[in-house]
Amino acid sequence: MKWARMFAIAFLLTVSTVCLLANFVAPAPYARQFRDVPDAAPSHQHLLGTDELGRDRFSRVLYGTRVSLLLAPAAALLSSLLAVLIGGIAGFAGSWLERLVMAGTDLFLSLPWLFLLITVRALLPLNVSPITSVVITFALLGLLGWAGAARVICADAGALSKSDFMLLARASGSSGWRLVWRHLVPNLKPILYAQFWISVPVFILTEANLGILGLGVAEPLPSWGSLLRELESFPSVSAQPWRFVPLVLFIVVVSTFHLVLTKEELPV
Amino acid sequence: MSRLAKLAAKMLIAVLLGGFLGATLVRLAPGFGVDEEELDTRLNGQSMQALREQQAPERNLFVFYFRYLNRLMHGDLGISRTLQRPVSQLVAERLPETLKSVGLGLALGWALGLSLAIVVVMSRAWYFDLLASSLAGLLLCLPAAVLALLFVTAQAPVRLILGLIVFPKVFRYSRNLLTRSSSLPHVLTARAKGVGNMRLLFWHILPTAVPQLLALAGVSVSLAFAAAIPMEALCDLPGVGQLAWKAAMGRDVPLLVNLTMIVTLVTLLANSTSELMGQTLRTDRA
Amino acid sequence: MKKRFAFLVVMIAAVLTANVAAQTNSELRFCLHSEPKTFNPLLVEDDSSETIRYLTGGVLVRQNRLTQELEPELAVSWKVTDDGKTISFQLRKDIHFSDGTLFSAADVAYTMQQLMDPNLHSPTGDSFRSSEGKVQTRVLAKDRVAITFPAPISGLRQLFDQVAIMSAVSPQKEMAVLGPYYVAENKAGSYLLLKRNPYYWKHDSTGHALPYIDSIHIDIQQNRDMELLRFVRGEIDFVNTVDAEHFDRVMADNSALAHDAGVSMDSEEMWFNQVPSSPLPDYKKAWFISTNFRRAISEAINREDLARIAFRTRARPAVGPVSPANKFWFNSKLQAHPFDQKSALQRLAQDGFRLQNGILRDRDGHAVEFSIITNAGNKSRESMATMIQQDLSGIGIKLNVVTLDFPSLIERMTRTFDYEACLLGLVNDDLDPNSQMNVWLSSSENHQWNPSQKTPATAWEAEVDKLMRAQASTLDQRKRKEYFDKVQEIAWEQEPFIYLVNKNALSAVSPHLLNAHPVVLRPQVYWNIDQLALTSTNKSEVATGR
Repeated sequence: MKWARMFAIAFLLTVSTVCLLANFVAPAPYARQFRDVPDAAPSHQHLLGTDELGRDRFSRVLYGTRVSLLLAPAAALLSSLLAVLIGGIAGFAGSWLERLVMAGTDLFLSLPWLFLLITVRALLPLNVSPITSVVITFALLGLLGWAGAARVICADAGALSKSDFMLLARASGSSGWRLVWRHLVPNLKPILYAQFWISVPVFILTEANLGILGLGVAEPLPSWGSLLRELESFPSVSAQPWRFVPLVLFIVVVSTFHLVLTKEELPV
Repeated sequence: MSRLAKLAAKMLIAVLLGGFLGATLVRLAPGFGVDEEELDTRLNGQSMQALREQQAPERNLFVFYFRYLNRLMHGDLGISRTLQRPVSQLVAERLPETLKSVGLGLALGWALGLSLAIVVVMSRAWYFDLLASSLAGLLLCLPAAVLALLFVTAQAPVRLILGLIVFPKVFRYSRNLLTRSSSLPHVLTARAKGVGNMRLLFWHILPTAVPQLLALAGVSVSLAFAAAIPMEALCDLPGVGQLAWKAAMGRDVPLLVNLTMIVTLVTLLANSTSELMGQTLRTDRA
Repeated sequence: MKKRFAFLVVMIAAVLTANVAAQTNSELRFCLHSEPKTFNPLLVEDDSSETIRYLTGGVLVRQNRLTQELEPELAVSWKVTDDGKTISFQLRKDIHFSDGTLFSAADVAYTMQQLMDPNLHSPTGDSFRSSEGKVQTRVLAKDRVAITFPAPISGLRQLFDQVAIMSAVSPQKEMAVLGPYYVAENKAGSYLLLKRNPYYWKHDSTGHALPYIDSIHIDIQQNRDMELLRFVRGEIDFVNTVDAEHFDRVMADNSALAHDAGVSMDSEEMWFNQVPSSPLPDYKKAWFISTNFRRAISEAINREDLARIAFRTRARPAVGPVSPANKFWFNSKLQAHPFDQKSALQRLAQDGFRLQNGILRDRDGHAVEFSIITNAGNKSRESMATMIQQDLSGIGIKLNVVTLDFPSLIERMTRTFDYEACLLGLVNDDLDPNSQMNVWLSSSENHQWNPSQKTPATAWEAEVDKLMRAQASTLDQRKRKEYFDKVQEIAWEQEPFIYLVNKNALSAVSPHLLNAHPVVLRPQVYWNIDQLALTSTNKSEVATGR
C-alpha cells in the first residue's frame, strides 16, 4: 500500500505542476478556435482532438484541471472546516446548544439555496471576469455545503466527548479550546477526511450542473465541469472515446486523493 | 409537556420558518414576477399588464405568507402558478413517485455502502479497500446525466440511480467510522483474545459507531431528496423533484413554499428519528 | 372462371382486411418537452398546449403547411367584404363535437365572444385586436355566421387557422372538440393519450373515415438526448424538432430517417440595449445607439462560420426579420451582411474608435468591452456567443459571455434593462408581417432594444412605425409587400437586431410512419395528422435501420 500512496502523491504533484505550467505546456491557447477542424479526432497538432468549436481539447483539459484542482479542494476544505466548527462545537457543548444548532442545520439543509446562487450572480457585474465568477461559485458551494457533515460530526463529537480519553484529558487539567483542539478535533479526522474526499467531486459536478443556470464557469474558461458536460450527449460521445479523457483524469485524481488521505484517516 | 410533544412543536416551528425562508429566497431572487409568455409578440399592452399583475399577490411576502397560513389551516395549499393546478393535487400525484425512488435509493445505497464498508474493515485487505474506494470514486465522479443515459441505454430501472448516488457517501463515511472503531483498544483486545469476526463486528465495532451511523442515516434522507431533483428532471420521472425544478425555473412561490415545507418536515423527521434512536440505544447500553 | 373470380375477391378482401387490421388499434407515439399548461384552446401560449390544440381542435380554415394555401375545414367557403372588416363563413352541416353535441354557427359565435373577451387576455384574441372597439358576431343561419371587426384586418382569413371552435352547450366545455382526436387520458407530468374522435367529419377519397391512426400516446420528455435514444430504439415514431447535433446522429444511423425541410422561419439574433434610462454608463449608451457601431459589429461577425459550426451546416446566414422560407414576404433584394473586419474597423473609425495595441478604444479612451447575455442551457446559442467572442476579439473588442437562467434574462430585458447586449432567437409561426407588429412599433413592450417609447426615439423608428401601420391598414397585398419590404430595408440598414442565422427545420421520422412530409411550418411532421398512417411496426428494423 505504501507504494500506491507514493505513486498517488507523485501523480498528483505531476498533474498539479503540469497544469500550473499550462501557459508553457499547452500547445494552443484554450480559447482559440481552429474553425477548419471542429470536432476533430486526435492528431499530431491536437493530441485529444478538438471540441465542437475547434478548440484544442488537450489545452482545455490542462487549464480546466488548473481551475478545478485549485478551487474544488479549497471549497471542500472550507465546507469541511465549517462542518467541524459548527458540528464539533455543538456536539461537544451538548444540551440546548446542540439541539438549537442541529435544528438550524436541519433547516439549512432544507432551504432552496439555488436561489441564493442565482441572486449572487445577479449582484455581480455582468463584465466580471470568468475566473472571478468561478471563484465566487466555488466559495458559495463551500459556504453552503457543510450542513450534512455537521450533523454527523456533531453526533461523533457528542460520542467522543463522553469517551474515556476525553475524561482523562479533562482530569489532567485540559479544558475549553485546548481540549477541543488537542483532543477532540484529531479524533474527528476520519469524518473530516471523508467529507473532504466526497466534497471535491461533488462540488466539481455541482459547478457543472450550475452551468445549466449560467452559474458555473463563463466562456471561454474551461473547468472539469464544463468539459464533463460534453459527455451529456452520450450516444454521440461513445463514438469518440477521447472525449472521456477529462472524466478518466477526474476519476484518477479523486482516487489519488483517497490514497493520499488513507494514512491520515486513522485516528490519533 | 412530554418529550414527543416538545419535539412536534419544535418541528412545526421549523417547518413554518423553513417555508417562510424558502419563500423569501425565491422572492428576492432575480426573475421573480416575470413570465416567459411576456415575450409572445401577439400580446397587446393590456394583456401584458394583466400577465404582470398575476404575481402581485406574492410581491409582499408577509401578506402572502399570512394568507397562505390562513388557507393552510383549512387544508388549502394554494394554486401552482406555473401549472395552474391545486398544489395539494400536484403533491398527492407526485409524492408517491419520489418516495418510491428515495426509498429504493436509500435501501440500495445503504445495503451496498454499509456492506462494502464492513467487508473492507473486517478483511483488512488493502486491495479490497482500493477496489471498493475506486468504485465509490468512480460513481462520485460520474455526472448524473451520464449515469441516467447509461441506465436508459441499458434499459435498467432509472430509480436505482439514486442508490448509486447515495452509495459512495455512505460507503466512505461508514468505512472511516468502522475503521476507527476497529482500531480502538477494546477491539484489539477482543481480537487478540480470539473473538470471532461476527461477534467482533456486532458486539464491539458497530456499537461504537452507531450514533454516527444513525446521524448519517438521517442526513442521507435529505441527501437522497436533494439528489432526486436532478435525477427526476433528467429521467423525466413525474415526482416532486421534477416539480421542484419546474417551480424553481418558473419562480412559482406557492409551489416552492409547500415543497420547501415538505422537505423540511422530511429532513426533521429523519434526523429527529435517528437522534431519538441514538439516544435510546445509548440509554439501553448504559 | 367464377371460381377464379371468387378467389380474387377473397384475396382482395383479405388484403383490405389485413390493411384495416394493420390500422386498427394503431398508436402513434411521440414526445412533448413539457406538459401542456392548458386545454383551453383560446389560452394556448406554450408549444405543448399548441400541440394538443392542433391535434384536437377543429378550425374554420386551415393553412396547408406544405402548400401554404388556405383550405376549407369546418367552413366550406368564406367571404371578406371589400372594406376588410367583415368575414362571413358558410359552415359544414351535420358535424358533431367529440361528445355528440351538434356543431352550429352558435358555437362559432360563442367562441368569438370568448376569444375577444378583454378579460381573458387570449394571445390568439390579441392577434385579432387591430384597434379599440367591439367585435360583433351575427348568426345568420344555423350554418352561416358573419364576424365584423372595428377596423380592417389584413391577413384576416389566415388568423382563423389558430381559432379552435368550442361548444357553446356541451357539458364537457373545452374538452368537447371538433378535431381528429380528443384527450382521453392525462397523467400529469407523465403522458397524454389521445383517441380518435368518433364524430370526426373527414373521410379520405375512398370514403374511409379519418384519421387512420386510432390513438396517439404522447410522453412528457424534457431530456432531448433521451428522446433521441428512444427514437433510435423505435420506441417513438418521430421527433418533431431535432437540433443539429442530434440530426447528425440520426443521419449517421440511417439517413432515411432524418429530414431537413430546408431553412425555417426561425432566426437567431442579437441586439444592443438602447434604453435611455438603463443603468449603463453613458459612454456605452453612446456606442449602442450609433448605427455605425452596430453595423461594424455585424460586419465583424462571421455568419458562415456560425451556420457551419454552431449549427453543423444546418442553418444559413440571416438577412433580416423575414426568413427566405417566407417566400412572399421576404425581400429578395437584400443579402446577408458580409464578414469584413476591415470594413468594420473603418466604420468604427468614423465614430472615433481606434485600435491601439490590439485593443479597440473609443474617442475618450475607454476600452471597448461589453457583455452579451443569453439563456443558459441552449447549446447552439452558447456556441454562437463564444464564436462571436472570438470574432470580436479580431477587432479588439472584449466580449464577456454571460449565460443566465431564463427568468433572470427576461427580468433584465424587460424590467431592469440592466444588460448591454442580448442574444436570443425568434420563433416565427406566422407568415404575415402583422404578427411582428409588436416588435416593430416603437410604443410596444416587445420593441426589444428600446420598448414602450412615448415618441419614436429616432427618425428611422418613426418611419418604421408609419410603414407598419400602413401595411396593416390596407388589404392590397402588393402595397403591403411594398411597405414591408421598406421595413426590411430599414432594419437591414440600421440593424437594431443583428440577424445572425436562420436555422433549418430538422426532424426525424420513422419509416413506419406513412404519408409524412416534414415541412418548414409548425407542426413540421404531424401537420397532416389525419392523413398519417402506421405500418405494422417491427421495432428492431427501426432500431438498426437496415
